[in-house]
Amino acid sequence: MKPDILLSRCSFMEAREYVKKHIREHYEVEPGYKIFDVHLIGVPPLLVGIDGDDVIFPYTKPCHGTFVVKVPGGDEIARLRARRR
Amino acid sequence: MMEEKAGETALILLGCPQVPVQTSVALYCAYMLQQNGIRPIIAGTTAARKLLEVADPERHYAGTLEDLDTVIGEFAEKKRDVDYCFVFAHNDSGIAYAGTMAYLSKARLYVLLFGEHPEEVAAAITFPCEQVTVKATHNPMPMKKKIDEVIRWVAASKQ
Repeated sequence: MKPDILLSRCSFMEAREYVKKHIREHYEVEPGYKIFDVHLIGVPPLLVGIDGDDVIFPYTKPCHGTFVVKVPGGDEIARLRARRR
Repeated sequence: MMEEKAGETALILLGCPQVPVQTSVALYCAYMLQQNGIRPIIAGTTAARKLLEVADPERHYAGTLEDLDTVIGEFAEKKRDVDYCFVFAHNDSGIAYAGTMAYLSKARLYVLLFGEHPEEVAAAITFPCEQVTVKATHNPMPMKKKIDEVIRWVAASKQ
């Protein structure tokens, strides 16, 4: 799965603000929340957004910083919507 | 949650090894923990682990080496925990990992802030932890001194 990269090499706080500002439907998740095969990293609150059929989330790489990525959401969308916004 | 076996354990969490002092001080930290009866487990990126594997091929000091993401996953899934956690942080990603461990683990958390601008990196810390801040990039000695102090606190808290 090749993600669309919406924001590159930012801080985890910038990633949070990006999702909050640009993605109307978003949900708070805890650090370690598993989405697809990735455990999300960061200082709470971590925000995951839904835009149509896609999910938008922060992905942290130790040598490169945090990226905000967009991938087709599949079953993850229903799982996110089952949480409180 | 399964606790690690065989006495107290400490997780040393390493991010990107681009700042030279990290590898040297991580090995020293593991050594000092062992000297005080605490089993070190080092989790790091592939590059961080390879630096340690080459420096300490028989694992006299490094203890157990594990993959960073795998370990985070096991903590997130509540399959393991440790008594102490030392997160090396010289950039925002390091703080992101430290914040994750603050949430996932019951361990006493020490965030070791180093590099060129450790105070700026520390500004993103909004979670409970012990902060150890040292401006250090090439010379490990200032950080070694801080590690000595920290391990003394840890050893004292065991008694």
